[in-house]
Amino acid sequence: MISTNRTLSASSQSPRSPSSQPPYLSVSVTDPVKLGNGVQAYISYRVITKTNFPEYQGPEKIVIRRYSDFVWLRDRLFEKYKGIFIPPLPEKSAVEKFRFSAEFIEMRRQALDIFVNRIASHHALQQSEDLRTFLQADEETMERLRAHETGIFKKPSDLMQIFKDVQSKVSDVVLGKEKPVEESDPEYEKLKHYIFELENHLAEAQKHAYRLVKRHRELGQSLSDFGKAVKLLGACEGNSLGKAFSELGAKSETLSVKLQKEAHQLLMNFEEPLKDYVRAVQSIKATITERANAFRRQCELTETIKLKEINLNKLSLIRSDKVGEAEMEYNELKAESEEATRLFESIVRLMNEELVHFQERKTLDMGIAFNEFARGQARLANGIADAWRSLLPKLEACSST
Amino acid sequence: MMGSENEGFEEAHLYASREEMENLVLDDPLNNNDNDNNSNNNNNNNNNSNSSINGKSYSAYRSAMSSLSDTHHPLSSPILATSAESDPLLSPPRFRDLRNPNAPESSYIEPPAYSDVIFCPFEGDNVSDVNGVESPSRNSDFSGRFSRSPSSSSSSTSSEYLKITVSNPQKEQENSNSIVPGGNTYVTYLISTRTNISDFGGSEFGVRRRFRDVVTLSDRLTESYRGLFIPPRPDKSVVESQVMQKQEFVEQRRVALEKYLRRLAAHPMIRRSDELKVFLQVQGKLPLPTTTDVASRMLDGAVKLPKQLLGESTVLAPHEVVQPAKGGRDLLRLFKELKQSMANDWMGSRPAVVEEDKEFLEKKERVNDLELQLSNASQQAEALVKAQQDMGETLGELGLAFIKLTKFENEEAVFNSQRVRAADMKGFATAAVKASRFYRELNAQTVKHLDMLHEYLGLMLAVHNAFTDRSSALLTVQTLLSELSSLESKAEKLEAASSKIFGGDKSRVRKIDELKDTIRVTEDAKNVAIREYERVKENNRSELERLDRERKADFLTMLKGFVLNQVGYAEKISNVWAKVAEETSGYEKESS
Repeated sequence: MISTNRTLSASSQSPRSPSSQPPYLSVSVTDPVKLGNGVQAYISYRVITKTNFPEYQGPEKIVIRRYSDFVWLRDRLFEKYKGIFIPPLPEKSAVEKFRFSAEFIEMRRQALDIFVNRIASHHALQQSEDLRTFLQADEETMERLRAHETGIFKKPSDLMQIFKDVQSKVSDVVLGKEKPVEESDPEYEKLKHYIFELENHLAEAQKHAYRLVKRHRELGQSLSDFGKAVKLLGACEGNSLGKAFSELGAKSETLSVKLQKEAHQLLMNFEEPLKDYVRAVQSIKATITERANAFRRQCELTETIKLKEINLNKLSLIRSDKVGEAEMEYNELKAESEEATRLFESIVRLMNEELVHFQERKTLDMGIAFNEFARGQARLANGIADAWRSLLPKLEACSST
Repeated sequence: MMGSENEGFEEAHLYASREEMENLVLDDPLNNNDNDNNSNNNNNNNNNSNSSINGKSYSAYRSAMSSLSDTHHPLSSPILATSAESDPLLSPPRFRDLRNPNAPESSYIEPPAYSDVIFCPFEGDNVSDVNGVESPSRNSDFSGRFSRSPSSSSSSTSSEYLKITVSNPQKEQENSNSIVPGGNTYVTYLISTRTNISDFGGSEFGVRRRFRDVVTLSDRLTESYRGLFIPPRPDKSVVESQVMQKQEFVEQRRVALEKYLRRLAAHPMIRRSDELKVFLQVQGKLPLPTTTDVASRMLDGAVKLPKQLLGESTVLAPHEVVQPAKGGRDLLRLFKELKQSMANDWMGSRPAVVEEDKEFLEKKERVNDLELQLSNASQQAEALVKAQQDMGETLGELGLAFIKLTKFENEEAVFNSQRVRAADMKGFATAAVKASRFYRELNAQTVKHLDMLHEYLGLMLAVHNAFTDRSSALLTVQTLLSELSSLESKAEKLEAASSKIFGGDKSRVRKIDELKDTIRVTEDAKNVAIREYERVKENNRSELERLDRERKADFLTMLKGFVLNQVGYAEKISNVWAKVAEETSGYEKESS
């Protein structure tokens, strides 16, 4: 919940009203509730918005949203704000039986909360109308929009775009241009390579982080089992040795609990951030694809314009009556081309800006994650040392009796 | 053994990355200069060199230490004592070389820093060699005091030692006249002994023995020392010898033999036995009677049986009475005892002498219960060790993944934020790898401590055998008593019948005389049997006492060692992460 440096519009705000505070927009995703039955069961979340942005209705608004609503928001933003790294969403599905486990729900809730807040604190994205809709529209409206978007039949313009893409791919092949046109900027090449490699490295780190969570759980379990067995042995031995065993067993069981706790902490504060990092990189990859598309489009249009220009000149030379039409087409295309170029250039510019922020943000995020990890591990180790150490005087007493 | 196969792979894997790490980590010494573990390879000198340890944890060590010395038992020698005169029951001998007079007190707490040894597979002798510490309790050597290697003995004067090593397996050929061409090959091992016990005529000697000799030794000991808890010998394992690689099998056997001989040497009565002496010293062929196989025995017994049934040589010679019927050649005796045991069990006839010792029966119950719990605990201990192992491995892999990331970010860095992140990652990765190593060390030690559970579990077999000795001795007594009583009643009947005949009955009188002879001999045998039974009972009793005593001491030592180990390594690991937390503490404040 970082407040923006957006200037207030001069609306009817008295000097003493809350909006003389710096502008803020903060969102929380809370209170997951399971709704529906059987296969169609799903989780709904309360989304609470607190803001003093003038475009928003009132200082606080609460709506109910489900996962697919968030997906809708993400898709809309991705469409509209090409070049910006849209914050990533947690993964769609999980193994069926895991889908409603408390842990999974909590992880997802946390991730969704982070998702919305990142959007709310991004200087461009926070102005999005779709965001406003998401945060404020009633449930029916949301449902309509959601169904519309994720339906098989997308908007007509999307359909057109798909056709065009296919068309251009086909014509490329037909014209012998099998390889799609790509930028030749070496720095950009380097960046692409970096992003792709980074994803691999991060995925591996995340994999081991997840395993580490499991190991904590396993060690906890085995400490518990060991403790029980040792206690039984103590009961069998009797006298001071038996006591020693019992105490050891009890300590072991105590430590088992600590380990399970730490496993959870690790999952939420280290593994999740790493996964989040991976998703963020994947989001960048999506932007890279968008940039490539924009670049191709620009190139195609440039090509097409050249042809059209030649054609136009030819026609005007022979004073054809088709000149008018051709000129209109030519101008249309020119506008389109300029638009495409603008889009491409804005993507490039935005990407560069975003990259700086991305790297900084990630350094911060990882720093926090490392700090959490280290503190958790130190805490755990200290707990273990303390627990075992407290046994020593008792053991010493046993051996002297 | 536990993890030794994996160890090699792990080691290679880690070595590869260690090079990577060393390329990255220039000024931050990841390895051997590090303060906490590596400078202290020998247990002797780490007291002051520990000053580089984070003060907080060191004081924790010290406080643990002082709490130990405060509650020192007045009778026990001070913890520092290293003279072998100290009663090993009271002063914990773990972690130290008993013969080293200089081990300062902190070595008791400080888990041995095997950092140089980490990447070597922790098979027994390597470790002790590298460390130069002839620790009696380590690795393949590790047997409880009860069944322990001989740095100290439990009851006899502790300045005696009997150290046995098994080495140098070699193939030899049997010069047999067998039909199988090429002759039989077998493996011999060099059995080297070092001792200062005067009964052995010498202080260092060696002989070559094959496994069959060990079987012979074991069988002879079982015969001579009925009632004692004799350590069980290694299995013959015919199947394994075919399945395993020859080399692996031989090595496994060598380790097992060494363990076995050392346990024998640790047993206060067996170490003085002639059988063991002869086995260890006499060159050439082992001069102990070999055990005949079951088939031959049965054959011999079958030959004798007709004579026995005809009334000849039915009596038990005294020397046979002291052995159980089962392993012998006297089939008739076997049948008689079988009949007796069936009469005991099924016909409700209470034999003249029964196992009356309630205390013994209670103890037997306890032993059975103990075995059950030991088995359970031993299993869980193995699972615990595996979990610790896995934890260390995964932590190491995580560290490596971040090492790679660090390298990657550094190479590709365009922004300063990337370099900062790379530095953070390096700190994290270094810590993770360090912690991973600590987990492995912790685990190696844990294995050694908890191995005591396995050891005592293994001993249960010996206990059962000793109890069986007792019941078979009892059965012999019962059988002889029954026989005696039936002979006597036969004699009575004959006398009664013959007294009715006027002038005497020459044939009957003769029979009565013969019977009376038999009765006398049987009476003698019975007395021998009773004495033997009492002897076995006494052996059982004294061994049970020894078992309880030594087990208590051994287990307490195990617990202490285990706990200290955990404390030590937990502190080390905590330090590692405290450092990282410190280094990244800036982020903590920023985010809130």
